[in-house]
Amino acid sequence: MAEYKWPPMEQRKLMGKRIARLDGPMKSSGRAKYPSDMNQPGLLFAVLLTSPHAHAKVKSIDVAPAKAIKGVTAVRVISGPGTEIQWAGTEVAAVSAVTEEIARDAAKAIVVEYEVLTHLVKEENLAKVGPRAKAAGEQITGDPDKAFQDSEAKISGDYGIPVITHCCLEPHGSVVAWGNDKIDFWPSTQAVSTVGGDLAKLLELPATQVKVDCQYMGGGFGSKFPADRWGAEAARLSKESGGRPVKLFLDRATELTIAGVRPSHFAKIKVAGKKDGTMTGWQSESWASGGIGGGGMAPLPYVFTNIPNRRMNHTQVSLNAGPARAWRAPNHPQASFLTCSAISDFAAEIGMDPYDVFLKNLDLTLRADTYRKQLVKGAELIDWKKKFQLGSAKTGNIRRGLGIGIATWGGAGHASKCRLTIHPDGTVEVEIGSQDIGTATRTCITQVAAETLGLPMSAVKVKLGNNSYPPSGPSGGSTTIGGVSSSTRKAAVNALEKLLEKVAPGMGVPPDQLEANDSRIVAKGNPNKAMSWKQACQKMGPTAISEMGENEPRSAAREGLNTQGASGIQMAEVEVDMETGVVRIVEVVAVQDCGLVVNPRTAESQVAGALIMSVCSALMEERIMDQTTGRVLNADMEFYKLAGLPDVGKLTVHMDITKEHDSRGIIGLGEPCAIGGVAAIANAAANALGVRVPMVPLTPERVLAALANRRNA
Amino acid sequence: MVNFEYANPTTVKEALSLLTAGAEILAGGTDLLSLIKDDVHQPKRLVNIKGIKTLGGISKIGNNFRIGPTVTLDELASNPLIRGAFPALVQASLGITSPQIRNMGTVGGDLCQRPRCWYFRTGNGLLAKGLVENGENKYHAIFGTGAAHFVSASSLGPALMALGATLKIASPDGKTKDVPVSQFFKAPSAEGEREIALAANEIVTDILIPTPPTKNATYEVRHRQAVDWPLATASVSLRMSGSKVAAASITMGHVGPTPVRATEAEKMLIGQTITVDSAEKAGAMAVMGAKPLSQNAYKMQLAKVAVKRALLTAAGVKTV
Repeated sequence: MAEYKWPPMEQRKLMGKRIARLDGPMKSSGRAKYPSDMNQPGLLFAVLLTSPHAHAKVKSIDVAPAKAIKGVTAVRVISGPGTEIQWAGTEVAAVSAVTEEIARDAAKAIVVEYEVLTHLVKEENLAKVGPRAKAAGEQITGDPDKAFQDSEAKISGDYGIPVITHCCLEPHGSVVAWGNDKIDFWPSTQAVSTVGGDLAKLLELPATQVKVDCQYMGGGFGSKFPADRWGAEAARLSKESGGRPVKLFLDRATELTIAGVRPSHFAKIKVAGKKDGTMTGWQSESWASGGIGGGGMAPLPYVFTNIPNRRMNHTQVSLNAGPARAWRAPNHPQASFLTCSAISDFAAEIGMDPYDVFLKNLDLTLRADTYRKQLVKGAELIDWKKKFQLGSAKTGNIRRGLGIGIATWGGAGHASKCRLTIHPDGTVEVEIGSQDIGTATRTCITQVAAETLGLPMSAVKVKLGNNSYPPSGPSGGSTTIGGVSSSTRKAAVNALEKLLEKVAPGMGVPPDQLEANDSRIVAKGNPNKAMSWKQACQKMGPTAISEMGENEPRSAAREGLNTQGASGIQMAEVEVDMETGVVRIVEVVAVQDCGLVVNPRTAESQVAGALIMSVCSALMEERIMDQTTGRVLNADMEFYKLAGLPDVGKLTVHMDITKEHDSRGIIGLGEPCAIGGVAAIANAAANALGVRVPMVPLTPERVLAALANRRNA
Repeated sequence: MVNFEYANPTTVKEALSLLTAGAEILAGGTDLLSLIKDDVHQPKRLVNIKGIKTLGGISKIGNNFRIGPTVTLDELASNPLIRGAFPALVQASLGITSPQIRNMGTVGGDLCQRPRCWYFRTGNGLLAKGLVENGENKYHAIFGTGAAHFVSASSLGPALMALGATLKIASPDGKTKDVPVSQFFKAPSAEGEREIALAANEIVTDILIPTPPTKNATYEVRHRQAVDWPLATASVSLRMSGSKVAAASITMGHVGPTPVRATEAEKMLIGQTITVDSAEKAGAMAVMGAKPLSQNAYKMQLAKVAVKRALLTAAGVKTV
């Protein structure tokens, strides 16, 4: 039985090193071809006609005027007569044509008659949603009534975080060509090995016929797993256009309207406790929506799950708005924001530093020691104890404040298979049906393979992004790094074992006494007995060695290559202009554990990206619906605001790289680092202002309203 | 997008002859191209005026500074004459924090660009009757009692108005006219009316600013520090007599369908020294006539602060 465990931390030569991403130059120079760059010969352009109504029935649809336009190759009805439309932007028809302009003109020429029905697109005010509300039932633990009755201190607060979109810079879509015996599919996807099967199912074809390729993709954040209706329609348009390749990518407005959202979450929260900061009671009445199917349900109270007396009520609200999709750590950023805001308000109420209140209550969490160390580290990095001042003590027009957010996540590796081939000329290739969604997966796989084979990075060629390679799971739930690293490790160990068997007789050493190191095969404990990698490979004869490795989630934890359970804390310092309500970021600090860190440099980059997303969500991002028209008003990048460089402030990332964490194996990172930032920033603003702004994003109107409410109170 | 003709004249006369019904002027294109792509505008012909040499340049002519309408925002903000005399214009230009837009966008285009109202931009008309009042109006006007609730998008308009600038406009009949910037912006009362005093077949040929030295400044309140539309701005120009104000001109931007003059505040400041107190009082007076919509009362506070800080900046007093 081969030994797969990771080499000891101090002996690693590539894993754990700060290595720049291999495809950085390709991306920054524009040579990397994204699916939206796949301009095949004879390419056709497809455009969707979408519903302008949020709730309507299609009465009739006339596509003849579109078909009559010169240059149009195919027109398809997606929502035929009788279809009930549940949100504005729903796909009604699709057109392909020889140019994008003709396709747009043709889509506009289609005549659709609707029976317009009443809609609801806003959920902030629960009293106004009527029968669209569906209670999820009450959960009670302990005796919350008594806890509140007996408490020395309590707070009651309103908190809200609106629907936001994924706003992928490369919108959803694909290029697809329907050939005689196969379909070539170039989707912008997070799921190379499963999206082909998904498309085949939509088209009622055998999965074997769909060939998927996606070498680069411009952002998904959880929204790019399925083939989607527009992917299937693009394929059918290609078929009806004689198999010519069809490009169908959503335009920006459609992208922000129908390609997925993160559900909102609102709550009235009460916290009871002692004057020394100990929390004893929690009550929350929350509601959320992510579209027609209702919304997510944030796990409350978050992280501090063992507050002894709790009562939770949650209500789902169904809206006529684009549907929810997984958004980097589904439900967690909302839960962290709601919980950490209430805890910080409790601290303010009893006149304590929230840092001390978080520390005081860590025994209510499942990982008290880790959080304690992380809070101490974060406080040191942001200089918390020197800077912190209670909100009530602050003066002046420009005020600074500090806040904390906290996170937890699973992050175990997904199912993954990998094939590693050592060729007789000494070259090595790794084939894996995974994808690099911008997280440096390619680079990390290379590190693992090269580390295992004792080779430099340049000796290993990693091939991914294609479903002809051994299947690997979708990149969701922070499962990729654990999955692909483990399968690659195993494939490399297995292949190396075969190579050592071939060279052992000639070296006069049993194979288990040989190891690969510094591009050589060396006898353990006898560095003089060695041969170069190249020489060793020549011993294998004309046939390459090709071995599989598999990460099987059920047995992975036992093997120790990857595991789950990531913790993180984030702290923010903000500056508020008390006269304008403008909030600026001074610094955001992240302290993050994710077990064995394969590449600290790209890991830090991933955390920095998550912090920027948190800044956007805390200060700017919000889908704005118009109740009269039922449409998204800011389905653009002008009023759907994202942070620019001057808005980001200083980002400080500390990866918890210790022997203790390293020994746990690899844990996913993408999600856990995208959770606590909103809470940290909102709490920092509350501390600076001396009053809670109930809802994020912290726009000037909300900040000024909160200040005015305090004056009037 | 509807197909259109493209014309590239080299003289104003030629350009005017090309501005027949359905034609539109193209300069930087930072606004017009998106209007066309979004089907809000469907021009039959685009008349590019960037090839007309006489429409460029910045110079001092007699008692005026002359700015050509095709001068880019970047050229304006980096011009030594402008930097010396009109910090209000430089600050207003730099408030557009996108170098790409400053490199392409022109002074004339800034004045003539269409409002950013999200109902207008999604095909509901400039007045978007009923939608704004009952809908999402946090970015809309707090001044103006008529049918128009959009805010003028111009960054330079309020500054030019405070500086007493005049526009020279050429008409197809060969005549020219002078229109003060204060009369250039209009609040339409019916759908289809223009929001600027420039007919579709006319061209702004010169922007003229009187030379008498003033202390002037612009202050902009913006949500995002990166490129974003102002929530409220104020431009002020003060003629001083020693340490006292002899004449004041205060114009607020992004608070009404036109830039809004604060005449009461201007009068109050005459004979005063600019201090935090007098500036604050002027700010409070400037927004007294505001009539906010359901979601934008906060803009009164922002306009008030913008006026105060613009006055303090002009007078060289620390703002916060």
